[in-house]
Amino acid sequence: MKEITIKPAGDSAVQIFCGGEISEAVGDKVSALTAALRNFFSRGNVAGAGEVVPAFSSLLVRYDPLVTDYEEITFRIGKAAVDLELAAAGESRGKTVEIPVCYGGEFGEDLADVAACNNITEQEVVAIHSGGLYRLYMIGFLPGFPYLGGLDKRICCPRLKSPRTKIPAGAVGIGGEQTGIYPMESPGGWRLIGRTPLTLFDPEGILPLPYKAGDMIKFVAIDKAEYGEIAAAEAKRKEKLRRDKGKEAGR
Amino acid sequence: MIRIISPGPLTAVQDGGRRGCQSQGYRECGAADMYSLEAANAMVGNDDLQAAALEITISGGVMEFTEPVIFAVTGGDFALTLDGERVPAHGPVYAGAGSRLTIGPAASGLRGCLAVYGGIDVPLLLGSRSTDLTCRLGGYRGRALKKGDEIPVGAYAVRGIRDVEKRRAALAGRNLLKVEADRSRLVPSGLGRFFQGERIRVLRAVKGPQEEYFTEGAHRTFERSVYTITLQSDRMGCRLSGPALETVHGCDIISDGIVGGSVQVSSDGQPIIMQADHQTTGGYAKIATVISADLPALAQLRPGDKVGFRFVSPKEAVMTVRELQAGLLSLKEVYR
Repeated sequence: MKEITIKPAGDSAVQIFCGGEISEAVGDKVSALTAALRNFFSRGNVAGAGEVVPAFSSLLVRYDPLVTDYEEITFRIGKAAVDLELAAAGESRGKTVEIPVCYGGEFGEDLADVAACNNITEQEVVAIHSGGLYRLYMIGFLPGFPYLGGLDKRICCPRLKSPRTKIPAGAVGIGGEQTGIYPMESPGGWRLIGRTPLTLFDPEGILPLPYKAGDMIKFVAIDKAEYGEIAAAEAKRKEKLRRDKGKEAGR
Repeated sequence: MIRIISPGPLTAVQDGGRRGCQSQGYRECGAADMYSLEAANAMVGNDDLQAAALEITISGGVMEFTEPVIFAVTGGDFALTLDGERVPAHGPVYAGAGSRLTIGPAASGLRGCLAVYGGIDVPLLLGSRSTDLTCRLGGYRGRALKKGDEIPVGAYAVRGIRDVEKRRAALAGRNLLKVEADRSRLVPSGLGRFFQGERIRVLRAVKGPQEEYFTEGAHRTFERSVYTITLQSDRMGCRLSGPALETVHGCDIISDGIVGGSVQVSSDGQPIIMQADHQTTGGYAKIATVISADLPALAQLRPGDKVGFRFVSPKEAVMTVRELQAGLLSLKEVYR
């Protein structure tokens, strides 16, 4: 991979820059390099190499300073990036993850405001929001919080003047030119337009996050009855996983 | 079990940190002063130097041991009283069932680590027992400890009371180095320096991933000035106040991953050093990264204390980490 810059982030990590903008092209580069490095490291090729943390236009790679150092890790990453450029390109394509959302009403208190703000109807906001395909550039801010690109300009809306102190888990919102999902209860200033019944954050760490950086997110509009059904199925799925985990631990 | 009679201002379960899930947005957390955590675990005889312990802040309050334990308190200069008698910090102490430990306010330093033989035994979340106080997860019910909490000790889950007594006998039969002599090796070298006539801590730092965002003058200012730790500092970040650092085109960057020690500069030109509970990503330019060997010293500074910075190469930083680790391993040998 050409045109990457590697800089030290202290003595236990390096920062790899893939470009100076937020774009599909740079995002593709970040995803490809993330996949390549994870693959390369998982085969034990670089002693001391640790986690790879992708962001919009860069990656953070952690390393164990007791095992390796900045010069060695930089050399190995540079070499891996060149070697794996072609091989990784195909593997790095993210999957499309569907997120069911019940829009409006009690689940999306600010849907009317977003519609009014753009002089369109609530139905149009829902159609546009669920019609889009959003690139997941990075997870941050909260466990499981996705930074998504690709919000249609017709449904942008400024953040609330004073943030809510409590936003429920699963809330889907619009803040300026961004859209996202609150995976856990938290304070926040985004306009809430709906809620997903999926468990995105599990405080017990049993349910895995359904997406990762590089994936595409598609919101699917559902009604209240479907919301209830999916929520019940989620609870069952979690119970089963917990039992399986318990069995595993007992063995 | 450790029963909390009074918790002190901020006492929480911490270990080596929740690693490997930063890409899913989990904060690392863990002991702010990692060196004190590892030293305390070494002293009580835990093989895992990053086993979970209680991190105390300013003062540790009062706690009761419902079973016999071997504990050690490291970090700041805390006065320990066990059932009314003074016992030494920075070394292993045996406490019988029903005994009460009072950890008085720190005469110096800010944080302490109370490790117990067998470790603190709260459930693991993604491989760690650390408390994420911001997201309210992990540790003991995702929060700081309160009066009446009962914290399980691992020695009992794993090996039972006999093992604690055996360990006690082993410690008693050993000619351990005098606690006072030991203390010198507990403070990482080269941290306290005099600078421009003021007593300040010099923190060594590697040039940051956005060094080019800052003017040449800003780099000079950063290295030659004294910064004061402000009251807005906490486990997430140490906010400093001092000469502003000038950027070439502003301090906003495309958000990227951050690490403990990252020195972010916000729009007012003031630096913030990221600590254990820092967010996983950030949108401010980073002028430097404080080396990991100097983060324990930073975690012991209080609002009003002063720091300066000195740039070192990544190579020197790595060497320093290794020296510190060698010191810890020899400490582990002493108490084995």
